[in-house]
Amino acid sequence: MTEDIFVPINSDMDIVTARQSGRTMATELGFQGTDLTLIATAISELARNIVRYASHGEIHLQALGNNNGKRGLLVEARDEGPGIPNIVQAMQDGFSTSGGLGLGLPGTRRLMDEFEIASAPETGTTIRVRKWVRSSR
Amino acid sequence: MEVPILRQGEFLIATIQAALTDNDLYALRTKLFEYVVRSRALGIIIDVTALDILDSFGTRTLSEMALMCRLRGAETVIVGVQPEVAFTMVQLGLTLEGVTTALDLEEGLALLGRRAKLLKR
Repeated sequence: MTEDIFVPINSDMDIVTARQSGRTMATELGFQGTDLTLIATAISELARNIVRYASHGEIHLQALGNNNGKRGLLVEARDEGPGIPNIVQAMQDGFSTSGGLGLGLPGTRRLMDEFEIASAPETGTTIRVRKWVRSSR
Repeated sequence: MEVPILRQGEFLIATIQAALTDNDLYALRTKLFEYVVRSRALGIIIDVTALDILDSFGTRTLSEMALMCRLRGAETVIVGVQPEVAFTMVQLGLTLEGVTTALDLEEGLALLGRRAKLLKR
């Protein structure tokens, strides 16, 4: 089983490290072509959110497998930053509190198969996204 | 990772050779704009063939770069967007506002050449 990878996120250089680690792990898990780019881009968006809003955090990459032999990748972005005051708003295209394009979160959801978000001022923000390897048939 | 900028006649060519950090992208934007001002270039090619992703930050920075240069009369052409990158950008909802695109360096130079010819008539 592929071992979990933890990438500390403290600066813009770590964003590059995180997405490259994610691409490598996704390749090992059997993802191909466009899926590798979708995963790397999603990790880039999540890691940048950490740098921009929380300054520090972590990207956790984990291999997934279920009973049907389905394989996948979990990306967990975790920080202890200020939290997201209004998640519904933050998930809308074009909404941004930082002068960005406001596509980070809603865009990331479109790139991945599953998306979960939990955020509170006391605990920070945790976003979990998953993508499953498509069967070759 | 610094991006080299070459001058070819009235045009500038910036070839991105490896993954760039956000600060690298900011540095490229500043340097390229300074070159445009100093050289009175009519056009700029940014070759992104080596980029394995273009996320919201990268796209926005390239867009801003192009809009700044356009105000100085220089047109920016992005060349070499990989097919997987193009697919992902559209899924994310990104558009390269204010930027012309071409398939590769040769096509990009041809496009800028035609535009420069029109300007001189």
